[in-house]
Amino acid sequence: MVRLEDLQVSRTLSGRKHVLSILVENRPGVLARVSGLFSRRGFNIDTLAVGPTEDPAISRITLTLDGAVHPIDQVTKQLHKLINVLKIRDMEPDDSVAREMALFKVSAAVENRAEIVQFAEIFRAKIVDVSRRALIVEVTGSHDKIEAFESMLRPHGLLEMVRTGEVALARGGD
Amino acid sequence: MRAADALMESLKAEGVEDIFGIPGGANLPTYDALVDADLRHVQVMHEQAGGHAAEGYAHASGKVGVAFGTSGPGATNLVTAIADAMMDSVPTVFITGQVRTELIGTDGFQEADIVGVTLPIVKHSLLCTEAAHIPQYIHEAFHIASTGRPGPVLVDVPTDLSKEEIEYQPPTGPVELPGYRPNLEGNSKQIRIAAKAIANARRPVIYSGGGVINANASEELREFATADKFPLTSTLMGLGAFPADHEQWLGMLGMHGTRTANYTMDEADLIIAVGARFDDRITGKLSEFAPNAKFIHIDVDPAEISKNVPAHIPIVGDAKLVLPKLTREYQSLQTDSSRLDGWWSRIKAWQGEYPLGYEPGSDGEIKPQFMVEMMHKVTGGDAIITSDVGQHQMWAAQYYGFKEPRRWINSGGLGTMGFGLPSAIGAKVACPDEEVVCLAGDGSLIMNVQELATAVNQNVPVKIFLQNNGFMGMVRQWQELFWSERYSGVENGPSPDWVKLAEAFGAKGMRCEESGDLEEMMQATLAHDGPALLDVRTSPRENCYPMIPAGNAARDMVG
Repeated sequence: MVRLEDLQVSRTLSGRKHVLSILVENRPGVLARVSGLFSRRGFNIDTLAVGPTEDPAISRITLTLDGAVHPIDQVTKQLHKLINVLKIRDMEPDDSVAREMALFKVSAAVENRAEIVQFAEIFRAKIVDVSRRALIVEVTGSHDKIEAFESMLRPHGLLEMVRTGEVALARGGD
Repeated sequence: MRAADALMESLKAEGVEDIFGIPGGANLPTYDALVDADLRHVQVMHEQAGGHAAEGYAHASGKVGVAFGTSGPGATNLVTAIADAMMDSVPTVFITGQVRTELIGTDGFQEADIVGVTLPIVKHSLLCTEAAHIPQYIHEAFHIASTGRPGPVLVDVPTDLSKEEIEYQPPTGPVELPGYRPNLEGNSKQIRIAAKAIANARRPVIYSGGGVINANASEELREFATADKFPLTSTLMGLGAFPADHEQWLGMLGMHGTRTANYTMDEADLIIAVGARFDDRITGKLSEFAPNAKFIHIDVDPAEISKNVPAHIPIVGDAKLVLPKLTREYQSLQTDSSRLDGWWSRIKAWQGEYPLGYEPGSDGEIKPQFMVEMMHKVTGGDAIITSDVGQHQMWAAQYYGFKEPRRWINSGGLGTMGFGLPSAIGAKVACPDEEVVCLAGDGSLIMNVQELATAVNQNVPVKIFLQNNGFMGMVRQWQELFWSERYSGVENGPSPDWVKLAEAFGAKGMRCEESGDLEEMMQATLAHDGPALLDVRTSPRENCYPMIPAGNAARDMVG
């Protein structure tokens, strides 16, 4: 027998950041449906990246959001209601690879240029543009690595920056 | 064949017989094709009303309701009806004209991005980009609108595409949408666990909603509820799924539900929610809702489960399939029915102490509750009743006593004033042999009063019982109770003269000011051969009780 007092509900807030990988039909307006759902339901997207997959009829949306604020199962269930959404995977950190790319334009006078280049080497970043007063540095890596690199560059005068938002794939062959 | 003609063939292939709508520049090819199509077109006076008529049609018949509008303003006028159909899960297909393909995005005449406008309020939408797609899109639209959790689907058709010649092949076979596979069966393990939990509950209650009616599962609900003597309450949208004269019926729950229903929920140890979504009008203050209860939640839409109230036993599935399994599982357990005796004596005590009731009117005054009881009497309790939104809607829900499903049609989720008359027209088109009565309020009826012309012109003999108190009654009630009687914007006044207004449209108009005349005048209204309106002057300051003030708990009911 099932005793009523033994019935439990699991809490829905996970407390961690989630990377959702969403496969959608590659059709006009699908991104608007997905992003519109988030604003309509009051879910806040941290990052969003969209691109093609190996199948031209299918696109992959990778988005991150804060599981301390949003009940992830409610987010995914609402997403599943969209007819053009084919598959949603909540990427577990241990079972997936997530990367982000960023470009930083940093003020680089003669006296600090060497230091910036040194940082770039440590972070395996690339200098992709050089001018008299500034460098553009390209870096790829985990969210945390890019945060760390940004905090190193910032004191030198971060003129502009852009980040792609994370993209992710599950590990293994399935 | 021309794509517009293929559109008509596609609609007929889906079983469509009746369409509500208005033509305009961008859907002229569609209306041209209607001339030769063997379909009834009910020309309405406003697209919003056409949409509500399609909803009323769907509610009454269980079929998909269809409304046409042209591009731009025609399409945007449909928006309220689309949002309404979304909130109440009404199977509907809205087909809008769109400007010519080469004009899309140029701010062309009567252009509106209706797919964009309606994105948050549709189950799905489709913009046709190739004429050859139209039949397939219609097939998909009907499939999506009517399966799983039903809802509105919009199909936007650029006018130039409708004029193209295409090869018409009726789409056959099941629709294959890889991203859309509603789960209908219910997980048998979960159903087994639910049955055991029910067998162990000492204070269970069934909380049934509009989903039971959508699933045509009233019989299955009755069988489950009577598998043991489970008390049953329902939402506004679920009224009629369980007969109101049944001894296990507690009345409606929620903001204007009975005290018995709300107290039963409050003290229950197990709530069995079927096709209901724990709307705030049901739960009141969420943190104090049913504090002692565990929840079994049966719903075809997985996103409803644990959306507002965390479910202990979730069952995703169609009520028509899940309930019989649950009944069988329960019956296979050797349960002791007498365990519910104590619970029932508590419930009976509430029923004795807090019956629904009102002060009778004096000096011929017509109490609105009395008016609803009289409606029940003159219609034999089995008319299709549509309503607008407000006090009269709640009184109808409390006092009409619905015994059958699809007899109570109203706007529950969106709360759309002006819904009653057009939805009555839709219901009457769907069920011409049934008595269809719109119970209206004066504040609401005026919002789509132009549809009196539709009823007359299209020969749809609906009857309107107007509960005329000269106020936006429910808003006045709130201002009285919660805003220190600072009345603002709620006095409708004596205008218009409703009898003359009805007559101006070509309908029969009558007025009733004495309670002693009411029965006879209602009979006369029903007997009239054509649309008729009875303007009933009811007590202007009557309030709708009992009531859970918004954001409060069930225990704090007033009135």
